[in-house]
Amino acid sequence: MTSPVTDHAELARPEAFTQEGLGWVPWLEPVAEDDLTAQQRDALIEPARAKMPYFRLLARDPEALRARTLTDLDIFFNVSGGIGRAERELAAAATSRRNGCVFCASVHAAAATRESGRRDDVQRLLDEGTGADVGDETWNAVVAASVALADTPLAFDGADVDRLVAAGLDVAEIVDVVNGAAFFNWANRLMLSLGEPEVPARRRATEGSDA
Amino acid sequence: MTTASADIIDLLAGIRPGDALSRVRDSREQARENAQRSFEALLEPADPGSLPVAERYAVAAFVAELHGFPQAVSFYGDLLDDEAPALAVAVHAAAESARASGPYGRYREPGLRSEDLDGPHWSAEPAAVPALGERLATALAHAHLLVFRPREARPEHLRALVSAGWSADDIVTLSQLVAFLAFQLRSAWGLRVIAGHAVSAVDPASVEGASS
Repeated sequence: MTSPVTDHAELARPEAFTQEGLGWVPWLEPVAEDDLTAQQRDALIEPARAKMPYFRLLARDPEALRARTLTDLDIFFNVSGGIGRAERELAAAATSRRNGCVFCASVHAAAATRESGRRDDVQRLLDEGTGADVGDETWNAVVAASVALADTPLAFDGADVDRLVAAGLDVAEIVDVVNGAAFFNWANRLMLSLGEPEVPARRRATEGSDA
Repeated sequence: MTTASADIIDLLAGIRPGDALSRVRDSREQARENAQRSFEALLEPADPGSLPVAERYAVAAFVAELHGFPQAVSFYGDLLDDEAPALAVAVHAAAESARASGPYGRYREPGLRSEDLDGPHWSAEPAAVPALGERLATALAHAHLLVFRPREARPEHLRALVSAGWSADDIVTLSQLVAFLAFQLRSAWGLRVIAGHAVSAVDPASVEGASS
């Protein structure tokens, strides 16, 4: 039997962190779209995800995929009584920047920009790193808390909470930041260890003409 | 088994029903429920298939120790000890030799190499492998990679798992297990820290300038 692990020798790899859209290629074979069982399709939650190799790869364990996806969607999109979408995306981007997940950072930095209109602040996080000034104390405190929570052994502490409180966040908002950042410690590890990002062909053509 | 009914994040965070933080968690009911279902799917599935529950607990006990979270070390250590006491001793010894401080690692991306940070590439000592078994020893090395230097993960690491007998399906489950624990332990730890600061966080009068 041939190895189930694929190298992508000729991949167009990103150079660094970016807000531009990236693709992602798996190192293990995803379930073929036509072979997805009813249980696996149900676990995708959103039918369009049957086109995406990442989700079809995770469909090899459908129960885990289903629970992961429903956790993700509630943490990021249920804004009732909590912090806004932009700050959640910022927590995701900061965590990804700290752990080194170029793919996750691209998706969630772009989402933070879309939700806030603050492209330059978000870009500084990507370019300068997690110590960058991202424009105001609320955002700086969200980034600092996300970065602290990424450390292993666990080191997030009362000072991180105090800084979020001083920036005006209430308990429900702080819990949203903690869960958004915590979730990306899950997502980053899957995206980083089961495949890798690639620069899509349409962007390579554009960059070639710019160079 | 107590784990079938208890909410594990509440348990690790020290949150009781009726606590202020329990009510906050209730406002994200789908996340709360599915964090618990993730635990069940990855640690105690109805059909564990070719990945026995003892191996799942072993990985979790190892990961909990690397995170330095005492309540999680006790929780997962006790689960493993009940299921496979000899393995619990071997996993604890492995974890003792595996401590590090992350995240670290080298980047694949040329523009990020100035941020490369070296650190330990851990695997079990040869003398420790028989007690763990080759298959689990390889899984623990992979768990260490994912916990501390996920940005260094490469196809060769998946090939090492395949060589030790891991199928593609089981590699996905193992990856989900370690990655899920990275979330679960941080969510519970964060809630525990917030609970310790609950007075200042819920009482605006005690925090100057934090009116809203």
